[in-house]
Amino acid sequence: MTFDINKIRSDFPILQRKIYDKPLIYLDNAATTQKPQIVIDRITDYYTYENANIHRGVHYLSQIDTTAFENAREHIARFINAPKKEEVIFTKGTTESINLVAASFGRKILNKGDEVLVTAMEHHSNLVPWQMLCYEKEARLKVIPFNDKGEIDLSTYQMMLGGKTKIVALPHISNALGTINPVKEMIRMAHEKDIPVLIDGAQALSHLIVDIDDLDCDFYCFSGHKAYGPMGVGVLYGKTDHLNFMDPYQSGGEMVEYVSLYETSFNEIPLKFEAGTPNVEAVLGMDAALHYLEETGLDAIAAHEKDLLAYGTKKLQKIKGVHIYGTASEKTAILSFLIDDIHPFDAGTIIDKFGIAIRTGHHCAQPVMNKFGIPGTIRASFAMYNTREEIDKLAEAILQVKKMFA
Amino acid sequence: MSIEEIQEQIITEFSYFDDWLDRYNHLIEMGKSVPLINEKYKTKNYLIGGCQSRVWLHAAMKDGLIIFSAESDAVITKGIVNLLIRVFSGQTPDTIIDADISFIDKIGLKEHLSPTRSNGLMSMIKQMKLYALAFKTKSANQ
Ligand SMILES: Cc1ncc(COP(=O)(O)O)c(C=O)c1O
Repeated sequence: MTFDINKIRSDFPILQRKIYDKPLIYLDNAATTQKPQIVIDRITDYYTYENANIHRGVHYLSQIDTTAFENAREHIARFINAPKKEEVIFTKGTTESINLVAASFGRKILNKGDEVLVTAMEHHSNLVPWQMLCYEKEARLKVIPFNDKGEIDLSTYQMMLGGKTKIVALPHISNALGTINPVKEMIRMAHEKDIPVLIDGAQALSHLIVDIDDLDCDFYCFSGHKAYGPMGVGVLYGKTDHLNFMDPYQSGGEMVEYVSLYETSFNEIPLKFEAGTPNVEAVLGMDAALHYLEETGLDAIAAHEKDLLAYGTKKLQKIKGVHIYGTASEKTAILSFLIDDIHPFDAGTIIDKFGIAIRTGHHCAQPVMNKFGIPGTIRASFAMYNTREEIDKLAEAILQVKKMFA
Repeated sequence: MSIEEIQEQIITEFSYFDDWLDRYNHLIEMGKSVPLINEKYKTKNYLIGGCQSRVWLHAAMKDGLIIFSAESDAVITKGIVNLLIRVFSGQTPDTIIDADISFIDKIGLKEHLSPTRSNGLMSMIKQMKLYALAFKTKSANQ
């Protein structure tokens, strides 16, 4: 399969846009990716020709929709190589998936004095739900540290896995530093002690091949919108035994099997966890996005992004005063940096004027910033449609920033 | 000068720059001359909420007029807060409370007006007006 960057760029209509009369250079892909035309079309087609509520009608449209919806589930299960399609639960996104596990699984297994392990590089989404749960249960949250490069030390991790550890929650990829964590090994180590592991895969899905069966994780969470799909939809993968053990997260329609006025029996998984009308358009849009990823080829995308990362790292390192945070040897195409002691907000305001979308701030990972003793960083995060030329423009913008704030 | 006149003055000043670069360079210059807050007020109590750059704002009443001072860790934010101080400092509580701030839009810094903008221009204006209100209430009670 050849990787045709021009064809890819033409598939994303927003890339034709001008911002302040300059071509948009979109480097905020870790926040959300842009959508290819086929995803947009899928959503429009759904409302133009197919709209109906699913799972509850005998009429034609409801039936084809239910089929499309369940086919999407099957496709997504295949995409992440989940053992069973019933193990794929649709949620609003990563945040909801993690909250669901904390509420329906964590709350059930955690007792006073137990421990939950997270890393010091969590997005707040994979930190705050565990903090709150630990507070409620009088359990302890323990934090696995990382070194100056942004890497977790496995021997420290090994020591922290103790008799009281009831769950480990890890990011597959750090959104602030780009580190790809050795999750497979970390899952294996936890499993040796029978400790279940949740992986926050929000940043991973669009950058590398996620193979659930191979990882053997207990839970895996991601959002459609960070993988070229729509907002408002995500997935919780969970092992069947866990999902059966867990209580429903929300209650209402769809998730029930039989309801009388005083008693209810719950539906089987996955519907047990999908109360109410789901976001059908977004599920179908996410399905289309994953087709697009498959057609383009994740290997080819990863190779392209690796080139961008190497090129960008070199380019930025050549600029005096630029300091990159997160230099793990296993890294995705995220460049988090500061320019001398220029405040990221100042730098970001000027870079924006070049039509370049980058992110400044703490990236919802304040503990990471605290570790480095900085208020935040400037983050350029790349996707399949970015080019070396765009990185050159970013470098020009940085030089301008240096000139203005020197 | 009245609040209106000062706003007009700033608009004229910025009208000499026809591209964004010069406007921002001017803003950066403005940031350097902000009446700095006394170090002892650089505490949580004087911090204006806004997640990206920190802004401390202090107000004192002198002869019926409010005097502002401020500081920020970002230079552009300092420039913006200084513009506001030029407009509001030395005015009476009532004129501050009633003031219509229209110059920001006219000097090509409209993007800073969006309520979600993280430098918190809106919060700065709001905070200044709150100070004015507080002083007004205080003097009315005396
Ligand atoms: C690592 C990581 N986890 C979780 C999230 C939260 O994702 P969402 O806002 O889609 O729920 C993000 C998004 O920024 C992320 O980068």
